[in-house]
Amino acid sequence: MSLLQVRDLYAGYGATQVLRGISLDVRAGEIVALLGANGAGKTTTLRALSGLISARGQMLFDGLDIGTIHPARRVALGLAHVPQGRGTFGDFTVEDNLALGAYTVASRRQIAIDMARWFEVFPKLGERRRQRAAWLSGGEQQMLAIARALMSRPRMLMCDEPSLGLAPSVTQEMFRVFERINLEYGTTLVIVEQNADLTLRLAQRAYVMETGEITLQGDSKELLVSPAIQQSYLGA
Amino acid sequence: MQLLIQQIVDGLAAGAIYAALALALVLIFGATRIVNFGQSEIATFCAFLAWQLCEWGMPIALALAVSAILAFVLGAALFQLVVRPVSRASVETVVVVTLGLFLAFQALCLWLWGADQRTFPALFPAGGWIVAGVRLTAYNMGVLGVLCALALSLAALFRFTRLGLGLRAAAADVDKSTIVGIRVDGMLMLGWGLASVVGFVAAVLVAPRLFLSPIMMAPVLVYALAAATLGGWTSAIGAVVGGLLIGVAESVGATFLPFIGSELRLLIPLALTLAVLLLRPQGLFGQQMAVRV
Repeated sequence: MSLLQVRDLYAGYGATQVLRGISLDVRAGEIVALLGANGAGKTTTLRALSGLISARGQMLFDGLDIGTIHPARRVALGLAHVPQGRGTFGDFTVEDNLALGAYTVASRRQIAIDMARWFEVFPKLGERRRQRAAWLSGGEQQMLAIARALMSRPRMLMCDEPSLGLAPSVTQEMFRVFERINLEYGTTLVIVEQNADLTLRLAQRAYVMETGEITLQGDSKELLVSPAIQQSYLGA
Repeated sequence: MQLLIQQIVDGLAAGAIYAALALALVLIFGATRIVNFGQSEIATFCAFLAWQLCEWGMPIALALAVSAILAFVLGAALFQLVVRPVSRASVETVVVVTLGLFLAFQALCLWLWGADQRTFPALFPAGGWIVAGVRLTAYNMGVLGVLCALALSLAALFRFTRLGLGLRAAAADVDKSTIVGIRVDGMLMLGWGLASVVGFVAAVLVAPRLFLSPIMMAPVLVYALAAATLGGWTSAIGAVVGGLLIGVAESVGATFLPFIGSELRLLIPLALTLAVLLLRPQGLFGQQMAVRV
């Protein structure tokens, strides 16, 4: 059964309709890429799923219709969202950012254990735990945003353009972390990216969006060599 | 010299009250970027509630506790029912709404209890101490003590508790708070409730000094607005320091500047605030705010 099942999803901002009836499935434990050009509706899809904007259509998460559930409670159900850009609280310390990530976790002990674990995975965050997030480098802030989302112990982690503005070596390090999280903890990943090459190598399946609709989907190894993808996204 | 110290001590006590109300204003501004001009009159209304409960025979401590709870509920309800629906409107609209709260609660007090002055029960004993020729009344020391306790407990709430972390996050960024699982509206309601309690404390400190009356807090609001501006609207420490500074400046200025006397003393805090803002537009402790256009 799908962990996430989306059917005929419509969403937008005010009078502007961005999503025009998209449908997609994500199975538990899978890594799924969501590709497409700027303005295709990738970010809007994630914002609709986490409840930052209202949407019409069906969104089933683990069989529950999350469209009617308060956004704050979706986090407790296991849906985590790393928004585009600086997904951190800049004026808050690294530790406070992680504590906020665990806002839906009741047990203090569990929070302490999780925090220690992510400091091990992201050693630079541990060194700077009492510094304000705004003082970290771009890559460290993105790592912090991901660690913050993981603190809620999500079943599904959605990342919006995590490589945006990062050096290639930092991006690769981050993708290795994604792989590790998926393997060790079985966390399902949905990754929105413009960097199609790297993302398709990480993901098992991919959806391609254009102007608010899903135009292509399939196994990412096949998409990687498909002429349509080569032309539009890999610059071949 | 003795006279100067005496004026400073008296000024600090008056300033503590301005600081308490300024704290309430800054709490709300920090959470919702709204200046609540109705804060002082909501506080007066709650002080009247406490007085009424005493009149009906309730012991003063219990009456204060019950009124503090009512103040919390009232603040939260006002946010939810009156302020939240207009919170996305223009600044002018919101200012008119909170000024409306000022007028509404003043009118409500006048209607329910009339314009007569009432004697509020004394919270501190009448006596005091003379230390090196300076008179320290129990009332003045009590007021300063209450302000310290208030400021420290708020600081502890925001610094060390999960609720405080959530309140700070909700004030900082609505979207990011939502995606970590914070119910932002609930937090803002809590913030308004909390501010209402803090304002109530200020009113309870004023009432025994002046007599309880529907207009007793209006001048305090002017001073508290000046204190919050002086301290920079984004800083709780700024509100406390601003309030104390203004209290001292008023008291010392009125005594030592012969041309001011008692008629012009209301202008001292405003002059002080103006002078500071010319040098530091963001206030003493405020952060420069970037305005996104």
